[in-house]
Amino acid sequence: MTNWSVILNIAKTHLLTKMKSTVTASLGVTFGIGAYITLVSFMTGLNQMLDDLILNQTPHIHLYNEIEPSEDQPVSLYKDLEGAFNVVHSVKPKQSQRKIHNAIPILNYLKKDQGVRGATPQMRTQIFYLSGSIELGGNLTGVDIMEEVRISNFRDYIVSGSPEALRNLENGILLGAGLAKKMSLDIGDRVQVSTVDGGIFPLKIVGIYQSGIADIDNIQSYANLKTVQRISGEAQNYITDINVKLHDISHAPSMAQKLGNQFGIKATDINTANAQFETGSNIRNLITYAVSITLLIVAGFGIYNILNMLIYEKMNDIAILKATGFSGRDVQLIFMSQAIIIGLVGGFLGLLIGFGLSVFIDQLPFNTEALPTITTYPVNMQFRYYMIGILFALLSTFVAGYLPSNKAKKIDPVRIIRGN
Amino acid sequence: MDCVLEARHIDKHFRKPVDFHVLKDISFSVKQGEFASIMGKSGCGKSTLLYILSTMDTDYTGELFINGELITGRSHQTLSRVRNEHIGFVFQFHYLLSEFSVLENVMLPAKKLGARTHREIEMDAREKLEMLNIGYLAEKRASRISGGEKQRVAIARALINNPTILMGDEPTGNLDSYNADNVLQIFKRLKEEQGLSLLVVTHDIDFAKSTDRIIEMEDGRIIKS
Ligand SMILES: Nc1ncnc2c1ncn2[C@@H]1O[C@H](COP(=O)(O)OP(=O)(O)OP(=O)(O)O)[C@@H](O)[C@H]1O
Ligand SMILES: [Mg+2]
Repeated sequence: MTNWSVILNIAKTHLLTKMKSTVTASLGVTFGIGAYITLVSFMTGLNQMLDDLILNQTPHIHLYNEIEPSEDQPVSLYKDLEGAFNVVHSVKPKQSQRKIHNAIPILNYLKKDQGVRGATPQMRTQIFYLSGSIELGGNLTGVDIMEEVRISNFRDYIVSGSPEALRNLENGILLGAGLAKKMSLDIGDRVQVSTVDGGIFPLKIVGIYQSGIADIDNIQSYANLKTVQRISGEAQNYITDINVKLHDISHAPSMAQKLGNQFGIKATDINTANAQFETGSNIRNLITYAVSITLLIVAGFGIYNILNMLIYEKMNDIAILKATGFSGRDVQLIFMSQAIIIGLVGGFLGLLIGFGLSVFIDQLPFNTEALPTITTYPVNMQFRYYMIGILFALLSTFVAGYLPSNKAKKIDPVRIIRGN
Repeated sequence: MDCVLEARHIDKHFRKPVDFHVLKDISFSVKQGEFASIMGKSGCGKSTLLYILSTMDTDYTGELFINGELITGRSHQTLSRVRNEHIGFVFQFHYLLSEFSVLENVMLPAKKLGARTHREIEMDAREKLEMLNIGYLAEKRASRISGGEKQRVAIARALINNPTILMGDEPTGNLDSYNADNVLQIFKRLKEEQGLSLLVVTHDIDFAKSTDRIIEMEDGRIIKS
């Protein structure tokens, strides 16, 4: 039978009379947890921002025709030379269209799929931007703009103007920010583009597109799919790329493989395309947890020391308690309660401090050319981290309190009473 | 037979630093309402015996009965319970929890037992303090009272669960003759008024003479009881 009110009362009295040690021990936990919350919020915020920067611009599955050599060279089809050692020099890519065959049925098929959040057709072409006598090479991508906005955060990257303006104006263009700067153009101006075949078309700038990645912004612009098809002289079913967004990104690899086999086209998934990206996120998480755990271990040693000292000072008390009928377990619980109380108080303070710092960081201005949508440092506040934080605090104080309290449990009252 | 405490053939060795046979075949009993004292030269094993009888020391051979029940070989948890419920212990040095008030010190074993409500325990504790003429100290911190007062608080604490037997290891050894006499009178009154059984180790021959029975020890043996 455990009489908690008595045990907690004794624990409380010990903590209150040793206020200095209690505060020191709690502050250790507070710093550990505070640092964890701040770091984890900031680091995951950073991760998310970088994810947004690259991953959200990348479709979960990208369907297109790869320009590549035939796997089977004609010589290998020739029966007479079967089994011979054939060497083919100067292999050239297969003559094929960039157009996706049967793109419209594929799109319809994808849109019916339950796991697909959206599929958008694109037509990518190479063009020249004409500015006076200067020709700037670049890409113009024809898109279904409203669909793009729906399934990705495309809208965030339109720094001035709007996707609606593009939808409403057939000859509109969302010009890359780098291009706009180079050619001193802005919304409302006209820009002339010339196709590879030599046709020249004037387009009206309805918005500026800035992805934050300079290499892209210096060449990439967007226009309506129909417009791009028209200036390239292609039919309305001429589609070079299909971007697919799934409800669950983890299905991307298997789905990509299935689509590739089914339609006989190249299908890359986001995980393959961005494998190195995960590594960065993982390392940032690793740093966060390494730092927090280190701080907590330090705090744990502090608690361990303080409890050890306390038990040493309270030898007589422990002997009396045992002599008057408290069991070893009761005594252990008294000291464990102290550790847990320190963990709870320190931990909650840590959560508060972590929250305060996160809010503070979240309000610090952070302006960078590369990230047009970001104005303050990114912070990701999640209730989950606060739960983990308090669990961390309890775990570390529990471990730190266990050894000293176990020692107290085993103290032989006779030895203490004799020793006096 | 109404023996509250009975020891049968208790032997104890200290093994460190060298084997030392400290208690040799100790057999005796204390009856209900009896006030017995133990005397003997320093080092003859009185304290060692008392620690065994109070169930704090379990490293011995032989058998110990409290209230007719075999105590030897019970779990630590059970022994704590027995100490809590049946044994009141008063030390030579007045051990109190210095951070708690006098009243809290007295109440603690009863709160651990948990058989009564907080209010009942507090009333009883005040009554016990009153009986020992230190009721006015109840709210004081245990570290801020005199030695003689502390010893009386310790007695009140030992009595709070109305134990079967009260044991004392030189409870007056650290007190002046006035206070020592005071404690002796208290013990006698408890025996007479409440029928309490007592077993007290003492070096004070006058103290021993005024008890019902003197148990004499020499070299780990009882030579007269
Ligand atoms: N932990 C121990 N290890 C070894 N020997 C011990 C230990 N404790 C006590 N002794 C020895 O056991 C003997 C009995 O000790 P005990 O304390 O019981 O004597 P005592 O009769 O109470 O003496 P005193 O009247 O001085 O209090 C002594 O000779 C002492 O040296
Ligand atoms: Mg002794």
